[in-house]
Amino acid sequence: MANVCAGVLALQGAFREHAAALRRLGVKIRELRALRDIDGIDLLVIPGGESTTIGKLLLEGQMLDPLRERIEMGMPVYGSCAGLILLCREIEDSDQPRLGVLDATVRRNAFGRQVDSFEAALDIAELGAKPFPAVFIRAPFLTKIGLGVQVLAKANGQAVAVRQKNILATSFHPELTADSRMHRYFLDMCK
Amino acid sequence: MKQGTMRVKTGLAEMLKGGVIMDVTTPEQAKIAEKAGACAVMALERVPADIRAAGGVARMADPTIIKKIMEVVSIPVMAKARIGHFVEARILEALGVDYIDESEVLTPADDRFHIDKRGFTVPFVCGCRNLGEALRRIAEGAAMIRTKGEPGTGNVVEAVRHCRQVMDEIRMLCALPEDEVPNFVKECGAPLEAALATRKKGRLPVVNFAAGGIATPADAAIMMHLGCDGVFVGSGIFKSADPAKRARAIVQAVTNYKDYATLAEISRDLGEAMPGMEIANIAPAERMQDRGW
Repeated sequence: MANVCAGVLALQGAFREHAAALRRLGVKIRELRALRDIDGIDLLVIPGGESTTIGKLLLEGQMLDPLRERIEMGMPVYGSCAGLILLCREIEDSDQPRLGVLDATVRRNAFGRQVDSFEAALDIAELGAKPFPAVFIRAPFLTKIGLGVQVLAKANGQAVAVRQKNILATSFHPELTADSRMHRYFLDMCK
Repeated sequence: MKQGTMRVKTGLAEMLKGGVIMDVTTPEQAKIAEKAGACAVMALERVPADIRAAGGVARMADPTIIKKIMEVVSIPVMAKARIGHFVEARILEALGVDYIDESEVLTPADDRFHIDKRGFTVPFVCGCRNLGEALRRIAEGAAMIRTKGEPGTGNVVEAVRHCRQVMDEIRMLCALPEDEVPNFVKECGAPLEAALATRKKGRLPVVNFAAGGIATPADAAIMMHLGCDGVFVGSGIFKSADPAKRARAIVQAVTNYKDYATLAEISRDLGEAMPGMEIANIAPAERMQDRGW
């Protein structure tokens, strides 16, 4: 992956952790803060953070359309938590700005408030037999899923990790753990 | 399934990074803050400038105000408890607030001890002026730190001083030979374990925001340059002439703190900032930053 340039959306949130996780796997990183940073990226990561804040900054920075176009053309994208929300076509009870490329409906703060945030070991077949340490923080889950969307993992019976062709999204935060399997799975999607 | 773990508590602070946490006193202000791009709000009865003006004992806000604010926004809601007042903190936890600020803006309830924050499910943020204070709070279980600055003044000088002090002491701690660490932590009043974690990481083991006196987009940007992960803006927004516009500009400034052309653009025509105060004109007994042990 030495020649690949990964764009990590750095408007707000835990972008430093995603960048570190990708660097550990030998990927070159570019932090995206403005429209001019987008040209030349091969893949995109949208970190956790506050989805309304990131969406608003994407809109004001005129980055929504160019990023959406690239994703629709096949650029691989991975969104965690707020990233997942921004990828979804429908967001329950919200008209906040979004990319809307993932054929699914998401419910924000679906597991509850911060006092309900939790850690759980998830079985994710694509990542091997060892359970994945998943960190859920005021996390969303998907309430409706389109035909072309594959559910990779569930927590409490709810879809929390999905893939639709070049789009990967998780409710939880692999970037907060030392387990790099989810990032590696994403990079394998990019080959 | 595990709740209230340190990873989950520090994790929410990680998600707030690069963002602005705004003080609000009504549901209407909370909506304005959310719309402007705040990554969280602090629900209060009065902003620090008004607490300072009112005098007397400042306590936890009425739960009705906090609840109403929680009902109208989808972003995290924080609230303040008095230093050492673990029952106010338990009440805030029972209300379901997302973070508790054990804050020097309120009148301390304990003149020797802070809250033992380790047994709570809700995470805490605490203020500091130096590394020893930051690491004592972390040892007590704080999942996030902020500089104290001097709240309610609209004067950023104290926030700058406290941030530089913490960063200087971290650089010193990291450069010391190992055998000098125990004496260094004795002199700065830092618990050894938290100091060793800081030394290993090369930075505080939890997220560190700036607070206390930030009034303009440039104030927010200078704190980011000094190494803070984000900013709290207290009186600076809703004591200014055009809160919505100033709030939007400060959000932009924290993301684009290195981009001076953008900072120049967003700093234009914001209307009057909050009236500022010279720190030297505040009587020592009225300095909020000296509260905390």
